[in-house]
Amino acid sequence: MREITYADAIREAMSEEMRRDSRVIFIGEDIGVYGGAFGVSRGMLEEFGETRVRDTPISEAVIVGAAAGAAMTGLRPIAELMFSDFITLAMDQLVNQAAKNRFQFGSQGAIPLVIRTPAGSGTGAAAQHSQSLEAWVCHVPGLKVVIPSTPYDAKGLLKAAVRDNNPVLFFEQKLLYRTKGEVPEPELSEDHIIPLGKADIKRSGHDLTIISYGRMVQESLKAAEKLAGIGIDTEVLDIRTLVPMDRQAVIASAKKTGRVLIVHEAVKTGGFGGEIVSTIADSEAFFYLDAPIKRLCGLDVPIPYNPGLEAGVVPSSAAIYTSALELMEQRQLMQGAT
Amino acid sequence: MAVSDTVLLELYRKMQQTRFFEETAAHLFSLGKVHGTAHFCIGEEASGIGVGHALKNEDYILQTHRGHGQAIGKGMDMKRMMAEFLGKETGCCKGYGGCMHIADFSVGSLGANGIVGGGLSLAVGAALTQQYLGKNNVTVCFFGDGATNQGIFHESLNLASVWKLPVIFVCTNNLYGMSTHVSKAMNITDIAVRAASYNMKGISLDGNDVITIYKETLQARDYVLQHGPMLMVLNTYRWMGHSKSDAQLYRTKEEVDEWKNRDPIKQLRKTLLEERHIPVKKIEEIDQEAEIDVEQALAFAEQSPEPRLDSILADVYAD
Repeated sequence: MREITYADAIREAMSEEMRRDSRVIFIGEDIGVYGGAFGVSRGMLEEFGETRVRDTPISEAVIVGAAAGAAMTGLRPIAELMFSDFITLAMDQLVNQAAKNRFQFGSQGAIPLVIRTPAGSGTGAAAQHSQSLEAWVCHVPGLKVVIPSTPYDAKGLLKAAVRDNNPVLFFEQKLLYRTKGEVPEPELSEDHIIPLGKADIKRSGHDLTIISYGRMVQESLKAAEKLAGIGIDTEVLDIRTLVPMDRQAVIASAKKTGRVLIVHEAVKTGGFGGEIVSTIADSEAFFYLDAPIKRLCGLDVPIPYNPGLEAGVVPSSAAIYTSALELMEQRQLMQGAT
Repeated sequence: MAVSDTVLLELYRKMQQTRFFEETAAHLFSLGKVHGTAHFCIGEEASGIGVGHALKNEDYILQTHRGHGQAIGKGMDMKRMMAEFLGKETGCCKGYGGCMHIADFSVGSLGANGIVGGGLSLAVGAALTQQYLGKNNVTVCFFGDGATNQGIFHESLNLASVWKLPVIFVCTNNLYGMSTHVSKAMNITDIAVRAASYNMKGISLDGNDVITIYKETLQARDYVLQHGPMLMVLNTYRWMGHSKSDAQLYRTKEEVDEWKNRDPIKQLRKTLLEERHIPVKKIEEIDQEAEIDVEQALAFAEQSPEPRLDSILADVYAD
């Protein structure tokens, strides 16, 4: 299979869906001539023209609100927010309007809307351009939340999101944009749809499960490789879609290995990891656990500027490796106690 | 432009329906039959009715929390409105929304909004759909004076202007944002001047003169289809408090009484009798019919079943 970047995969998904369905339009800041702040939409203006690839003023609230209004009335917009931190500027439109309108109007109509937005640290952009705010939107019924970890998933999940009849928050990972991975050729892509709500076992193992999403899946896979070197067989479960979450996959993997480490870049307090923990803890998987469930997350701080500090406040493959070892030792300690 | 007697009688009927609908709703509150809250537009009926009646079925409106007149003006069924007010399964929103979220997509109502200015950005999107699909239709966004101080007002009018979208932004200026008088909330007296920032046409009208509002809306419809959005400010007054729990300490009885003398319904009735020479019997018939319509709506609502809890999760997401 050919290899393309995460950014290319996203562009292909959008372009294919726009060719397939004239109701799909694309709006956002600097997505046209500029090609998007991260170059994701480069070339799309030339193919689709200004009526379908629409540059907007710097007005995040009306970007999301207008996209929702267009979705309510028959279009299927993709809206780009240049940085996911900027959802703060569009919260009413997202939370009170897009998420609620179908329900509060007695399920009249639908809101087929995708909001694509880059998240995460690692670019030296400091506290207002580096956050991972996905947990906020998971707390709002009516929204779906997707965070892909590979080019393959990015393409398949985005195509599914565009075809979904609900508002979907699609968090892209800045540090993954330039990473490459296998993705089917475009002519085979019609079938490359990954349903929302299905987790994926990125690596199968028996000793320990790491549950993660987004860029931390890649860090977890690196750690798992290293753990294999010392005889620890690690499963890496990529939940891919936070809402709806594939609870069965989480429970099944926890039952299989009995030891669970949850890894995300977002800060720990109020983070989505807590939801994964409780999914396991109040299921039958609880009785299969050999050790307490552990969370490795971003420190409870804003993202700092200094490169050393920036890297230090979010999990790395080395920190994941260490946490996994601690989890294995904890098990030995528990066995020793009994 | 002359407005026919038939149209004037329809405007009169819809204003009376709105008045009776809200008086009935207020009475239900006093009887303790309704929980939650409601925001009444009594005294402001000309704005919702005059605008709504000038629109086509395929045109869109986005209403405010004070939107019963706007909904009736656009042709919404009062039975389903009253059922929604009582939270019944047969309500236009299945009892999920209440009167702050009245919506009926089948008549072009994209819903009332509980957030001040909440409809503004949605209206931009609805008009984008109309423009993109080449429809010959417009979107009307209703909002109050208070909403013009929200940031989203600026973003929405600016983008609608840049994209030349067919939106009529209708500001019902009733002089108070809850308790705060407009003079304490903005340093201008004519809200229509705000349109100038967007190189947009802005007009200010007597919000109690339903005939003028109707005629101006017909013209605005044509205008926005050709030139892009405009702002229409309707200066009026709400007779009742902000919501059911308002002691109205911020205004005098004299001020309220003065505006009651400018009752938009009485004004139209006077025109019908004195200028159009409609027999009083005919007008009284309409009064009675409007009252019966509301009574029937209430009976329908009261007889309707409560919504069921067991299917509620299925209504959060579309298939």
